[in-house]
Amino acid sequence: MRALSVVLVSALALGACSSGGSSENTAASTGCAPSEGNVTLTYTTWIPGIENVVKVWNDKNPNIQVKVQTGPNGNGGTYANFFNQLKAGNAPDLGHIEYDALPSFRVQDGLTNLADCTEVTAAKDQFVDWTWGQVTFGEENAVYGIPQDAGPMALFYRKDLFEKNNIPVPATWDEYAVAAEKVKAAGGYITNFSQSDINQFAGFAWQAGGRWFANDGSKWTVNLQDEATTKVAGYWQGLIDAKLVSAVPPWTTEWDNAYNTGQAWTWTSAVWGANSIMSGAPDTKGKWAVAPMPQWTSGATVAGNWGGSSTAVFKGSKHPYEAAKFALWLNTSEEALTLLNSEAQLYPATKAGAKLPALSEGVEFYGGQKIYDVFATASTQVAPDFVWGPTMTSTYATASDGFKAAVSGNGTLLDALKTTQTKTVENLKSQSIPVAE
Amino acid sequence: MKRVTPMVVMGAATFYFLIPIWWLFVAASKSRSEFTGTTPLWFADFALTDNLGELFAYRDGVFLRWMLNSVVYTGGAALLGTILAAMCGYALAKYRFRGREAIFNVILGGVLVPATALALPLFLIFSRFEATNTFWSVFLPSLVNPFGVYLARIYAGASVPDELLEASRLDGSGEIRTFFTISSRLMFPALVTIFLFHFVAVWNNFLLPLIMLGEERLFPVTLGLYTWNTQVNQLPELRMLVLTGALVSIVPLVIAFLLLQRFWRNGLGSGAIK
Repeated sequence: MRALSVVLVSALALGACSSGGSSENTAASTGCAPSEGNVTLTYTTWIPGIENVVKVWNDKNPNIQVKVQTGPNGNGGTYANFFNQLKAGNAPDLGHIEYDALPSFRVQDGLTNLADCTEVTAAKDQFVDWTWGQVTFGEENAVYGIPQDAGPMALFYRKDLFEKNNIPVPATWDEYAVAAEKVKAAGGYITNFSQSDINQFAGFAWQAGGRWFANDGSKWTVNLQDEATTKVAGYWQGLIDAKLVSAVPPWTTEWDNAYNTGQAWTWTSAVWGANSIMSGAPDTKGKWAVAPMPQWTSGATVAGNWGGSSTAVFKGSKHPYEAAKFALWLNTSEEALTLLNSEAQLYPATKAGAKLPALSEGVEFYGGQKIYDVFATASTQVAPDFVWGPTMTSTYATASDGFKAAVSGNGTLLDALKTTQTKTVENLKSQSIPVAE
Repeated sequence: MKRVTPMVVMGAATFYFLIPIWWLFVAASKSRSEFTGTTPLWFADFALTDNLGELFAYRDGVFLRWMLNSVVYTGGAALLGTILAAMCGYALAKYRFRGREAIFNVILGGVLVPATALALPLFLIFSRFEATNTFWSVFLPSLVNPFGVYLARIYAGASVPDELLEASRLDGSGEIRTFFTISSRLMFPALVTIFLFHFVAVWNNFLLPLIMLGEERLFPVTLGLYTWNTQVNQLPELRMLVLTGALVSIVPLVIAFLLLQRFWRNGLGSGAIK
C-alpha cells in the first residue's frame, strides 16, 4: 500500500495535472471526525430530479444542509470541471462519479478515502458485492465512494416475434447465434451491435470473464486482448460478417426507429434499458419480455454490467463525516432509493434496494412481466473483480473508432482491440502512470 | 444569363443554411412518438404548442429562467462592452499619449487569443476570489472585446474629424461630454457592428459558463440545453424539450439580426475598407 501511494504521488508530480502539493500520503485515510456546528455540503450531480431527493434530507437534517450543483453528464464536462475544481481547491464536498471514471480520480488523488468512517465500512454488507468492489478497487482499507446505482444486464427480446416465428429464446450465446439466423430469415436483425458506445461490449467482456485492467499496488496492467475478450470480439465479428446484426449508431433516432418498427428483435442491455425501449419504441408496447443474459457455457449463471455510478467525497472536503453520512443515506435508505428510482430510473446498488415496491411490480410495457426480478438476480451474478482503468475516456474513444471501422468492413473488432491496447498503454505512460508490460 | 449563376449559387447557399432551421422547426412540432418514425423534413402531428407548454413548465420553468439569463448576460455584456470598446478605441484614435501604439498592439494581440483558451485561467483566477459559480464570473469576463476596440479605433479615426473636437473644446465642452454627445453619434454604425459581434460572441461562448457555473438557476440557455441533451439517454423525455428549446433559443438571435442587419452590413463594409 505504501508503494502504491509513493508511486501515485510521483505520478501526480510528473503528470500534467499536479494539484498544488497537498498530497503527502494518498492511500492513508484522512480521518472521519464529525464537524462542530452546522454544516453545509455541496453536491454536484447531473441526476435529473435530484433536488426533490435532497430536499427530503434537508428537511430532516437541519444541521447538515446539502446544496445541489448541476451540470452536464460526467464525460460531457462535469468530470473536467471536477478536475479543474480540484486544482483550484474548490471542489464540491460530494460528486457523482460513474464507476468507470472513479480510477481516474483516484490516480489524480482527487478522492477522500472513507475507510475511517465506521458507518461506511459497516455498510459494506448492504451493497451488492461487485458494486463495493467498484469503489474499493480491491484495495485493503480503502473506500473511495458509496455505490449508487448498478446496471446489471439481461436480454430484452420481442416475445411476440420469437413466438410467432417459433424461435426459442436463447439461453446461451451459441443458441443466440442460431436464433440470429432464423431472425434474419424472418426479415429482421437479432440485435443492433453497439459500434460507438463501447460500454455494452465492456459488459459482454465482463460477463465472459475479461478483465481489462488490474492494479497490483505499484503498476497497472492493461489487458484488452485477454482470452475472454478475444472470444467475445470474435463472436460478434462473426455475427457482423454474416450480416446477422445491424449496426445503426446507438442512441440516435435511427436506432430508436429500428426497435420501434421491429427491425431489431433483441437488446442485451442494462436494467435502465427498460426505459430506453419504452421511450424509444413506444409502438411496441406489450410485445417485449426480459430473459437472463445468454451464457457462454450452458447452465452457467453469469451476468455482465453496463453502467452504474457512485457518490464520492472529494479530497479537500472539510466535512468527510457529514458527507459520508449523507451519501450513505442517499444510497441506502429506502425513501431516497425510491425517489431516485422514480425521478431518474436509478437502479439501486444495495441488496435491499432490489426489493423496492416499485421494482417488484409487473411492468405493463413488458406485458406485465415482473422484469426487475430478472435484473435483481442478474445483479447478484455480476463478477466482483472487474476493474476499470484510469484513462477510460480515451480508451473508449480509440475502441469506438476501431469498432466503427470494423462494422463498415475495415479491419475487425480484434484489430480494434489491439490498437486500443497499444494506445491505452501509451496514454498511461504519457501521464506517467506506471504500466506493467 | 449572367444573373442566373449568382442566383443559383445564392439559392443553393440559402437552402443549405436554412435547411437545419427548417428541420429544427419541423422536429420541434412533433410529439415524441411521431418524431422517431416520421420523415424528418415534413410535419406529422402538429404538437408545437404542447411541446412549448411542456418546455416552459418543466422544472418550474427553468428554461425561461435560462433564456432570461442569456439575454442579461449577452445583452448586458454586449451593451457595456460596446461602450467600453468605443471609449477605448476612441481614446486610442484621438489622443496622443506615451505608449499608445504599445497598448494598441497588445489589444490587437488579444484578438488572436480565443475565448476558449481563457476560460480555464479565468476559472482559476475567480477561484482565488471565491467568486466562481456567480453571475459575475460569467458577466465580467464577457465585457472584454479586443476586436471591438480595434474596430472602434479604426472607425473613430475615419469618422470623427479632429476639427470638430477642437471646436467643441473651444465651446467649453468636456472630453467625456464630447464623446457621448458628438463622437459616439458619428461612430454609431460602427458601434452597432461591435454590439452585434459582441452579442454573438457572448451568446456562443459556451465554455466559460460550463466551467464557471454549477448553480442551475444561473445557466445561460446554451449550457442548460446542453446539460439536458447529455441526460437524454437517462431521461428520453428530454429529447423533445431540447429540440423545442433549441428552436426557442434562436429566436432572440434572429430578432437581433433582423432589426440590426442594416447597420451590420454597413459596419462590415466600413471595417473592411478603412
